[in-house]
Amino acid sequence: MSDVVEKTLSALPSLLSLDSQPGAGKLSSTSKLGSLIRNITELTSKHEEEKLIKRELAALKEQVSSPNTTMKQMREAMVRAIYCEMLGYEASFTYIHAIKLAQQGTVLEKRVGYLAVSLFLNESHDLLLLLVNTVLKDLQSSNLIEVCMALTVVSQVFPKDMIPAILPVVEEKLTHPKEIIRRKAVLALYKFYLIAPNQVQHIHAKFRKALCDKDPGVMTASLHIYLQLIKESPDMYKELTGSFVTILKQVVGGKLPIDFNYHSVPAPWLQIQLLRILGLLGREDQSTSELMYDVLDESLRRAEMNHNITYAILYECVKAIYSIYPKSELCEKAAKCIGNFVLSPKINLKYLGLKALTYVVQQDANLALQHQMTIIECLDHPDLIIKKETLELLFRITNTQNVTVIVEKMLGFLKLSNDDYTIVDLVGKVAELAEKYAPDNEWFIQTMNEVFSFGGDMMQPDIPNSFLRLLAEGCESAEESRQLRLYAVDSYLAVLQKDSAHLPQRFLQIISWVLGEYSHLKEGLDVQEVRQLLMKLLDRKGVTTETRCWVLSSLMKLCEGPGADEMAQELVERWGSSLDPLLRQQAQELLCLSLDKDLRTRTLPLATTWDGLEVDSSLSFLDGFVAEALAAGAAPYKPPHQRQQEQCQEKALSLEPYGLSLPVSLSSCSLTDRQSPTLLSMSSGQSGNSTEPSNKAGSSKLNLEGVKRVWGKEGYLPHREVPEESAPVEEASSAVQSSSQQGGASDKSSMAHTEPVEQDKEKQQLASSLFVGLGSHNATSLMGKSETPSQRFRRKPRTQVSTSSSVTSEKSDSSHSSRSTVDSFLYGSLLEEEPVLPQPNTSHTPRVTTANGSSETKTQSFIPTNGTFEGEEAEEEEEEPTQTENDITSVTAHRTKQGSLIMNSDMVIVQPTMWSDQPKDWSQDDSGDLLSSGSDTHMETSPLLLLPADLRDLPHSNINTLAADQSLLLSSCHVYRDDALVLVIFLSNSGETPIQEIAVQLNCEQLEVASLRGNVIDTLDGLGTSVCRYTLVMDGAHTQVEMTGTVSYQAGPGHTQTLPFSSKLSLADFIRPLVITTEEYGKLWLSFSHDVKQNLKLLKGDRDPLVTTLDALKETLQLHIVDIIGSEGIVACRLLQGAPCLLHCRIHGDSLAVWLRSSLPGLPDCVLYYCQKALLEH
Amino acid sequence: MQFMLLFSRQGKLRLQKWYIPLSDTQKKKISREVIQMVLARKPKMCSFLEWRDLKIVYKRYASLYFCCAVEDQENELITLEIIHRYVELLDKYFGSVCELDIIFNFEKAYYILDEFILGGEAQETSKKNVLKAIEQADMLQEEAEAPRSVLEEIGLT
Repeated sequence: MSDVVEKTLSALPSLLSLDSQPGAGKLSSTSKLGSLIRNITELTSKHEEEKLIKRELAALKEQVSSPNTTMKQMREAMVRAIYCEMLGYEASFTYIHAIKLAQQGTVLEKRVGYLAVSLFLNESHDLLLLLVNTVLKDLQSSNLIEVCMALTVVSQVFPKDMIPAILPVVEEKLTHPKEIIRRKAVLALYKFYLIAPNQVQHIHAKFRKALCDKDPGVMTASLHIYLQLIKESPDMYKELTGSFVTILKQVVGGKLPIDFNYHSVPAPWLQIQLLRILGLLGREDQSTSELMYDVLDESLRRAEMNHNITYAILYECVKAIYSIYPKSELCEKAAKCIGNFVLSPKINLKYLGLKALTYVVQQDANLALQHQMTIIECLDHPDLIIKKETLELLFRITNTQNVTVIVEKMLGFLKLSNDDYTIVDLVGKVAELAEKYAPDNEWFIQTMNEVFSFGGDMMQPDIPNSFLRLLAEGCESAEESRQLRLYAVDSYLAVLQKDSAHLPQRFLQIISWVLGEYSHLKEGLDVQEVRQLLMKLLDRKGVTTETRCWVLSSLMKLCEGPGADEMAQELVERWGSSLDPLLRQQAQELLCLSLDKDLRTRTLPLATTWDGLEVDSSLSFLDGFVAEALAAGAAPYKPPHQRQQEQCQEKALSLEPYGLSLPVSLSSCSLTDRQSPTLLSMSSGQSGNSTEPSNKAGSSKLNLEGVKRVWGKEGYLPHREVPEESAPVEEASSAVQSSSQQGGASDKSSMAHTEPVEQDKEKQQLASSLFVGLGSHNATSLMGKSETPSQRFRRKPRTQVSTSSSVTSEKSDSSHSSRSTVDSFLYGSLLEEEPVLPQPNTSHTPRVTTANGSSETKTQSFIPTNGTFEGEEAEEEEEEPTQTENDITSVTAHRTKQGSLIMNSDMVIVQPTMWSDQPKDWSQDDSGDLLSSGSDTHMETSPLLLLPADLRDLPHSNINTLAADQSLLLSSCHVYRDDALVLVIFLSNSGETPIQEIAVQLNCEQLEVASLRGNVIDTLDGLGTSVCRYTLVMDGAHTQVEMTGTVSYQAGPGHTQTLPFSSKLSLADFIRPLVITTEEYGKLWLSFSHDVKQNLKLLKGDRDPLVTTLDALKETLQLHIVDIIGSEGIVACRLLQGAPCLLHCRIHGDSLAVWLRSSLPGLPDCVLYYCQKALLEH
Repeated sequence: MQFMLLFSRQGKLRLQKWYIPLSDTQKKKISREVIQMVLARKPKMCSFLEWRDLKIVYKRYASLYFCCAVEDQENELITLEIIHRYVELLDKYFGSVCELDIIFNFEKAYYILDEFILGGEAQETSKKNVLKAIEQADMLQEEAEAPRSVLEEIGLT
């Protein structure tokens, strides 16, 4: 591919002058944008560019604000503004004009306007509010492209609060005949779901419809929503598993249209999406997982081709296989697949292989062992990203035996990296590993020192917190704790004595706390020396107030022995008048305590045992104070969440329920997947009702008490504590130490380009130190023994009252398995919006026969009928999967076919009812009203007047009197032929004497009038009747036309008389049903440009109001109901054989929103008029 | 997908599309950082990069870098193929596309992108359908354009 693109461009400026160049050629040489771009490329310095753009922006500003600027010029200006913004120069003055362009422009300008809006503004920008109406208008536009543009912009930027304003219209688009509209509507709803999930909650059923859409593109789009929904609550969607599996099967089997292939792989994006969904559905659920084993296996098998896209699918497949309930065969295959990735010479695949390995290694550590040499190689890979991913993998397989080597590697990487994010991430991991698996005190403290100096002030606050907590709480053995603390003191003294200027604040805080708390442990240490070191810290530049507070409180603890009073004095002098209130307070406290030795020993006891420390978490000692305050009229305390709730209720207009009620933003802790327990418990402690004890011992002190450990990997949580450290561990750890030394040596020597053979050996050694302790049947692990990982720092067991959150976990009920049979017929039960009764297979057949056999089910049974049909269809397909490959027998094709079949069978039922079986009904309904001309006295003598035999079977109106005089009676009847209105005029001689030479003349300007026969009659006998016929054809749309005519006759010889008559004809006489399928309707709909919309009266009846109303319309006007889907119905008619008129009816509250479209201007208005009339008179 | 950037070997931005709401300064900062990182990569290196908590997936076509930022758990290979499909679409539309096409007709490139990826998700992966949608809109453009240019010629505008 790249070769097609690979053909240009090292010499960009030189090419610009050539007009023959394809890119430049398309742009006229005079275009302003063209010359702007050209000018910019000719510039040499950034400064010149700035100048040029500034000029350009000034010109633009003038242009857009000038009232004389045409829309076209505005469009052109907007493109230039986009260009300037892309170069990084602000053109915010154009934003409003972008909106205007979208508002007022023609389609062409709209396109640019919308593009500019989506590029300039983000969804929180205020100007977007101005766009809402435009979007709404365009969504309802009859122009397909405008609708598309509106949906596109909605899916990109739309103010969250305004979603309700357009939601119904977008929803409506889900049933749009054009798939591109449906697809965009689905994605717009997906976007809404992401930014305001509760606003689209009510349309979940519609999502199902989108999932069953006959267009694969729409279906694919709906999977975005489903992936999201299933991520959030997989249990709700288990019953869809069968459907997803079936869809995947069909996709993998190549049943989709060839368009969806990508490099001859069928719909890879769709496959990946489905695999992700399946992975989520099958997690920890054996029965659901069993449904998908087959298709996963097939996916693995099918993806053979050596192309990136197949690897992408394979990767997703492997992930799914390891996410669901395991099946050993599949896992084996997946493992092999991962192997291929890892061993691939292509670096991208290698990376993905490592990623996959990282994902699965916790389940299957042996997999890491199999590839240990590759992993070692990756560890020294020149590409940092590979290295980083390898470390991630190693992090997952760390245990007590390999921790030193792995941590060493991580720290090595830390030294190389300068990216804050990576540092924070890695530092967190190192700290976690160190605490979990540290082999000894020395190593632990050293490692943590590294962590604190690297991590600096960016690292997660829980790292120093938990470190201090560990020191303070100590381990089980008192001696062990003492040793640890002692070592820490030693280490920190050494750190402070060296140059400590570069140390991060957090580290300094830790150092000062430890020294204050534990320096007394070190025998023979001069307190003054410690004080000196700490005081030096106080005065150092660049030390923050917070750190100074820590130092001061440490000094407070050291306020004993010789020189203490002097120090206190000095400190108070120096800080007692500090501008910072915290420091001032600390200094004052220090003074007080140094004066009152007794108080000091009570508040700051030496060698605090944290167990003995009791915290009155209910703050009962304040009760008296509170009671007093309340008595004095203070408002009672409300916890923050209650306050927020009340605030919520006060607000009248709340479009969105509020999210977290806790004041603490938890997002700050979610940078990595570590959680800060301190933050969590602080917030709950503050709420006052929590049973968890909380203490904020002092402003600068750590919150060490009552913190529930939540970030537990295994071995972390209190209940996982192992009783005794056993002897073998010591053995192993000493072995690890020796191997770590080897590892270190190998690192050094590998720098010095040793022989390859030797390198191999070193790698072997490194491998053995890295992969030690992984899996027992490990041949290559040189260390041999594997131990259960034991934690070095075991916390003392503490009794803790933990409020058990009432988690009502709903087990997935067993009925799933029975339902899944239904669901496995693709689309089968999905179409029905309500759950089907679990009696699936048998119910199909009887229902089908009813639908075919009886006519009563006509319209009401549309949807269920559809459903059962397709159920059957899919079942058939399931049973006969032997269709040929090249025949694209997708479900889609079947569905379409089936759909139209149903439509046809419906027509067979409906047609005769309307036309031949009940002509009388119809003409009765039609009586009078529509033929309001002449007189509405019905012919009493109607038996005399009979329609000619050839017309009798056609639908017709009653026979009405047109005009009469003493000898002649004119009556007329409308016969509705498909291609014309046949006007039958009866001429009756009311006298006894014959009438001679009768001539009928008919005039109508708006109609094409053609006489068929009988307009000239020689003799009409006494009491005789003659018939003459005209065909009338209406071409344009007219609500009503008047026709006039005369009959001339000779009642007696030489005595010519004329009888004028006139009659009005309505459009309704010329409307004929248009029998089409939904698909055809869809196509027609889009091709029509004349439209009108109106809300009409909705008739109430026993049945569904929509059906009632549409039937009423059908009775009065000759309409054809194409389809009724939910609350919408589509109806079609045409003007005789000419222009069709389509009606789209939707129930909208209490009324029927009707939208008419036609190719003939005026026709929709006229039809609407009659619909309105018909419903009012109903 | 969080955003997509197209830039030249010299680090000049040719196209930017943001699927997450960000301020202009943030956008500028991010694109500067990302462009720098990507340009610093050597040819045979991995097409993926870690950046903050996102993955940057990039690929170079001639003098132009295509670069997407996706979530960490996203499948990097398929993102790479999204880039490729976009290039294919551009290629088909412009007829063997080159950087100049994109420079001078960047709005067209945006239209194609919008038709292909909507709100950060692949919207339509069928090449034919994407181009059909674009062509339909373009056709309208030409229709609207034609009479105007005649008017222009006789100096009526």
